[in-house]
Amino acid sequence: MNRLLLNKIVITLSTLAALMGISFLLWILVTLSIRGYHSIDWHIFTTDLVNNGLRNVIIGQFILAGIATVIGVPVGMMAGIYLREYGINSKFAMIVRNLSDVMMSAPSIVIGIFVYGIFVVPFGGFNGWAGVIALAILMIPIVVSTTDSMLSLVPQELREAGIALGASKAQVIYKIVLSAAKIGLITGVLLAFARVIGETAPLLFTSANNNFFSFGLSNQYPSLTVSIYHLALFPSQTSQNLAWAGSAILTLLVLFINLITRFIFKPRKQK
Amino acid sequence: MKLAIQTKDFSFTYPKTKEATLKGINIPIYANKVTALIGPSGCGKSTLLRSCNRIHDVYPGNSYDGEILLYDNNGEKAENILQYKKENDLINLRQRIGMIFQKPTPFPMSIKDNITYGLKLSGIKNKTELLDRTEIALKGAALWEEVKDRLNNSAMGLSGGQQQRLCIARAVALKPQVLLFDEPTSALDPISTASIEELISELKNELTVLIVTHNMQQASRISDYTGFMYLGDLVEYNVTETIFLNPKEKKTEDYITGRFG
Repeated sequence: MNRLLLNKIVITLSTLAALMGISFLLWILVTLSIRGYHSIDWHIFTTDLVNNGLRNVIIGQFILAGIATVIGVPVGMMAGIYLREYGINSKFAMIVRNLSDVMMSAPSIVIGIFVYGIFVVPFGGFNGWAGVIALAILMIPIVVSTTDSMLSLVPQELREAGIALGASKAQVIYKIVLSAAKIGLITGVLLAFARVIGETAPLLFTSANNNFFSFGLSNQYPSLTVSIYHLALFPSQTSQNLAWAGSAILTLLVLFINLITRFIFKPRKQK
Repeated sequence: MKLAIQTKDFSFTYPKTKEATLKGINIPIYANKVTALIGPSGCGKSTLLRSCNRIHDVYPGNSYDGEILLYDNNGEKAENILQYKKENDLINLRQRIGMIFQKPTPFPMSIKDNITYGLKLSGIKNKTELLDRTEIALKGAALWEEVKDRLNNSAMGLSGGQQQRLCIARAVALKPQVLLFDEPTSALDPISTASIEELISELKNELTVLIVTHNMQQASRISDYTGFMYLGDLVEYNVTETIFLNPKEKKTEDYITGRFG
């Protein structure tokens, strides 16, 4: 009888905890949807921040995160490949792996400050490239870690089978191991992208913000997240509505990317 | 009788272990015959098999001692494969000595690409030749009829037994002198096992087979010679019939009658 009672108590408590977790998520989504719904109209997507639209900042955010991905993914993947395929358990690899894990949990504002010191101050002002670099730095350890763990899931026999057919180590890695881990690697890239596209702190004092549409990364550069930050603090109803709209768009975007990763990861997993 | 491989006082030590895993092994592997290695877990039979194509070299820090002689097709000239140092020599060695693993290891690509992968590595570029060799290899592994209509489908969609036959086809396509089988049927159902065993018996017309197996019935069914290994020693080696019906060593008899192991 006691065991049954204990069982019921534990089930009730854990169910409540689960409900609590999900209710906050729903609360956020509902609030964002309601506030966002009232503020989002076509005007937002067709005009720039200077005219109370979000076009330039949304595109700017994508450009910043996109270039960061182009820099961060190759570096992160190569490092991950080194860790799993070449270094494996060598001392150097262990150190790199641990440092990369530490980097992953480094507060993003710290990375922002670092890049401010290295790429903003010496170049005489806020610029888009500094934002790109901050996001890339944030992204690299995530890609390193997912690459490392996805490659570790590839059975060792597969590597041996490639070697046994007369392939060199490099051929085995690039033709067999990477393609066996392909789906996991793509997922890792998308998740890393989703992570950096919602970042504010690393951009706040690197690329700062810009009211106008711009491709010039050597000047202050528009981004959605920094805009939300400024708009929300600005004491005018229009700005605050725009901040809500931006938040809703950003949330939907991140949600969408996460759903895509689920979608590509699932159907082939069973085989 | 022609020799394919001959080990001479061959010892092998894994990294960070003091004691050798294999101690002074002398075993002849005859050409166009099936030689089986049997023995309890940890006796070193897989270690010996994996030494023959130097697959151990994927991991650093192993040490080899003695000689493993690999003979040419006429069984005359021999080279000590333990002397190979360059990656190129090892790649050539592995194209002469193929290997089949315990778990089927199809590559994550199409059925056709699985076969042509090794062929392309060996330098064949001509498309018709690649296709011809693919067909011959798949027929040789008794898989052609089952897959000829879906050569471009992923190999991951095949059953376990088909995957294993694909791996054999992939290895056979390179026309190796020797094929090493590391418990090739222990992950398969009885029907797939029977088809693989039949295949092995047919393969010996063209090449030499060395097989490690836990299954003594399998060894007695398919092999011409059998070596019984125990704790890193080759306890007894002889014609398979003699090993199973008339073993000279007490240990061998105990093992094959199931008294230990």
